[in-house]
Amino acid sequence: MNNSSTNIENPVFSTESLALVHKIMKRYPEGKQKSALIPVLHLAQAEFGGWLSPKVMDYVASLLSIQPIEVYEVASFYTMFNLKPVGKCLIEVCRTSSCWLLGAEDIVHHIERKLNIKEGETTTDGMFTLKTVECLGSCGTAPMMMVGADFHENLTLEKVDDLLEKFRVENKQSRYC
Amino acid sequence: MGKKLLLANDHVPGIQSLDVYSKHGGYAAVEKALKTMTPDALVEEVKTSGLRGRGGAGFPTGMKWSFLAKPEGVPRYLVCNADESEPGTFKDRYLMERIPHLLIEGMIVSSFALGANTSYIYIRGEYFYIVRILEKAIEEAYAAGYLGKNILGTGYDLDLYVHPGAGAYICGEETALIESLEGKRGNPRIKPPFPAVKGLYQCPTVVNNVETIAAVVPIVNMGGAEYAKIGIGRSTGTKLISASGHINKPGVYEIELGVPVEEFIYSEEYCGGIKNGKKLKAVVAGGSSVPILPGELILKTAQGEPRLMSYESLADGGFATGTMLGSGGFIVMDETSSIVKNLWNFTRFYHHESCGQCSPCREGTGWMEKILHRIMDGHGKQSDIDLLWDLQKNIEGKTICPLGDAAAWPVASAIRHFRAEFEAYVNNPGSIKEVRHYYSVNNLQPA
Ligand SMILES: Cc1cc2nc3c(=O)[nH]c(=O)nc-3n(C[C@H](O)[C@H](O)[C@H](O)COP(=O)(O)O)c2cc1C
Ligand code: SF4
Ligand code: FES
Repeated sequence: MNNSSTNIENPVFSTESLALVHKIMKRYPEGKQKSALIPVLHLAQAEFGGWLSPKVMDYVASLLSIQPIEVYEVASFYTMFNLKPVGKCLIEVCRTSSCWLLGAEDIVHHIERKLNIKEGETTTDGMFTLKTVECLGSCGTAPMMMVGADFHENLTLEKVDDLLEKFRVENKQSRYC
Repeated sequence: MGKKLLLANDHVPGIQSLDVYSKHGGYAAVEKALKTMTPDALVEEVKTSGLRGRGGAGFPTGMKWSFLAKPEGVPRYLVCNADESEPGTFKDRYLMERIPHLLIEGMIVSSFALGANTSYIYIRGEYFYIVRILEKAIEEAYAAGYLGKNILGTGYDLDLYVHPGAGAYICGEETALIESLEGKRGNPRIKPPFPAVKGLYQCPTVVNNVETIAAVVPIVNMGGAEYAKIGIGRSTGTKLISASGHINKPGVYEIELGVPVEEFIYSEEYCGGIKNGKKLKAVVAGGSSVPILPGELILKTAQGEPRLMSYESLADGGFATGTMLGSGGFIVMDETSSIVKNLWNFTRFYHHESCGQCSPCREGTGWMEKILHRIMDGHGKQSDIDLLWDLQKNIEGKTICPLGDAAAWPVASAIRHFRAEFEAYVNNPGSIKEVRHYYSVNNLQPA
């Protein structure tokens, strides 16, 4: 999250995040702390560099008193969890029907050209990763992309240019939690 | 203007706060239900209202509630389905973002009716900013004494939590949602047992859509009988429709069930007609999973009657000439659209989202995607069309959960109604290259 000393080789949550983990675990009945897994993985991904390394997953398993395999299984099922490093700023463009009908493909190609990467790749400076994703519930404001927790809607190529510029200037980190 | 029950106040400044929400009649349903009604009376009221699930299947909510098992000493759960991932659907997002307390109030009343003391809102992980909005609303509700111990001095206790998912369409299926809430992969369960008997943590559970739970609020306030007078026939009340695609005014509209489809598409009150004055080609009326209908059949039934926005009228003619209201994700395609390309996009979606447990779904969606891709690439054969037909038939009804059907129906309906377009592509492979299909993003004109 905001802890610059986080070490993904030896991951330990900040005190603040650890308190949040314990608060999340209390939402579920006694003995059902495994329910906290997805919310805690979101927290871990945000805090430990935007992806879930095996060490981070093992750490989460120990916090929730479950087996590491139970964490790997879940982390590999859900598309929001990155099992490989991603750029600092992850750009996710919706590729599904309504966005597609209104030009999502143009948006993807434009970003590919601008950043000189293909969909799924990361820029060599590690700044941007481009992904395409399925419908994010912005079909009425298509086309759209999500960056961190922010929805950018009614996109045009110009808007995309402005956003990319802004992200670069701000050195935007897309993580959230 | 049509009748508004859910979105009557969505534009009131500050309506996201409990204060303003209360000044506009908010939390009256909690006061009424908890102080003057019994849980059984509430279930009866919802039965009388005729409310049907707004998540897609349209199952009567009161009946679903009455199936909930009530073994002694076992907790019961209400889980709100805010996974909203059906392509073309964005109404739950709108409701939660604009008027979060309506969902919280609905959750309190519904949990009381079901005897649940802990309830969860399972929301798709990508709606992260809405998690924040809901958590703030919940905090306010605790502070005002609408949540927590001994609510309004009635002796009823309720804790309410928001639980995020992490990107998986299948987690909208209720048993997959329960698995996911238990911290597992979202693999749908084999039914029976149904969640009403063994759901979350093997305890009796009701899963309801956001809009269904929100609709309980006006039902309590006005009474089930009054609610049942709104709408048409067995399609009572109002419905949120997410309108998108080639229309002038995309957005979320609350309609009284029974509005003619033609009025919905062309009137200024709703979609405002087709973009650029183009002609209507086809509509997917209830989210990507329902059969696609050509313009003529969405405006009029096979008998030539005007088609209405209701469960029955949209289904009129069965799958031969009708479709379903589904989630109310209304995607409009104009004359420049390619049905085949759009179908490939949907099929790719289902292939990507299949959980992989059943081979007909896992393999079949992959094959359908491949074949459609081949046709799109100009390498399709006449026999591919028949192969697609056979594939969808071998998926439908042969899987653990309805995702299989949801993947099969778009294929079946596209071939049924637009076979000529498939044939044109396979007979003249060069032709599909010229169909650009989607709008150019800069001028929103067909390229
Ligand atoms: C693949 C699949 C995805 C679904 N996605 C959703 C969803 O995102 N939201 C929802 O409310 N229901 C969804 N449903 C329907 C749920 O299984 C369930 O019927 C619904 O939540 C019940 O609530 P209701 O009776 O209030 O409609 C989905 C079903 C399937 C098979
Ligand atoms: S039908 Fe598809 S999504 Fe549903 S359980 Fe089977 S494989 Fe999974
Ligand atoms: S189709 Fe892109 S947000 Fe729904």
